[in-house]
Amino acid sequence: MKNKILENIFALLSGLVFSLGLWLSDMVNPERIIGFLDISGNWDPALLFVMGGALAIAIPGFYFLNKQQRTLIGLPLQMPKKTDIDKKLITGALLFGIGWGLVGLCPGPVIAVLPNLFDKVIAFVISMLVGMFIVSKLQKR
Amino acid sequence: MIIEQTAWHAHLIGGMLIGVASLLLMFSIGKIAGISSIVANTLGPRTIKSWQIFFLLGLLLPGLYLVANNELLFINVEKNTALLITAGLLVGIGTKLGNGCTSGHGICGIGRLSWRSIVATMTFMLSAIVTVFITQHII
Repeated sequence: MKNKILENIFALLSGLVFSLGLWLSDMVNPERIIGFLDISGNWDPALLFVMGGALAIAIPGFYFLNKQQRTLIGLPLQMPKKTDIDKKLITGALLFGIGWGLVGLCPGPVIAVLPNLFDKVIAFVISMLVGMFIVSKLQKR
Repeated sequence: MIIEQTAWHAHLIGGMLIGVASLLLMFSIGKIAGISSIVANTLGPRTIKSWQIFFLLGLLLPGLYLVANNELLFINVEKNTALLITAGLLVGIGTKLGNGCTSGHGICGIGRLSWRSIVATMTFMLSAIVTVFITQHII
């Protein structure tokens, strides 16, 4: 019971820090993303710095975490088990990339900015949910 | 007041915060900060996990704070609804099929030096770059 409360508090904190990172780095701004992806146009390196900063922390961090047996509050560390590079992964990544490139929005930033740009992005968010739902239904068959 | 042009150190530090948040989630409760998966799980069929709801809530808090304080944003989003719907569908389908997005594969996956995620990230970066090239310079 106490563990559940701690679990939720840490999840909230993580989401909050994640969102602060998205806002500070201006990743909530799709023009930044498209600017980065527009390699033959007016190139915006912002995302490069963001990924660089994130990985500078994440790579040594996960190296350390991979050696842990339990989390801070005694839970198991659920590292992903899948290692295969299959058609689903490639197809999924290709499709995601197209969607991302079309309007410069992806799941994290669009949720973070939803309260502020609700009317502008809700169509995207709902469609994203529908897309996820369709695949999950098809995968169940 | 949100400044329109942010300096490179804001991007770097913001990125580091994202890295810290991802590590924090794993370190504290043992979960991967893969936002597409967290969002997709709210659709079921498995029972929605409370940590995922709280994570999403945390994600929403800064935005809600800005709204509550009537902060203006100077962010432009594509206005074409058909395009937004198409993009949303592709992002939803693609992230579910590929089990991840820029946070799950791009940060956590590469952070773990997972070849699966490295390949996934390179793939969606490539298709995104090609897409932007076509939409910005050809169409």
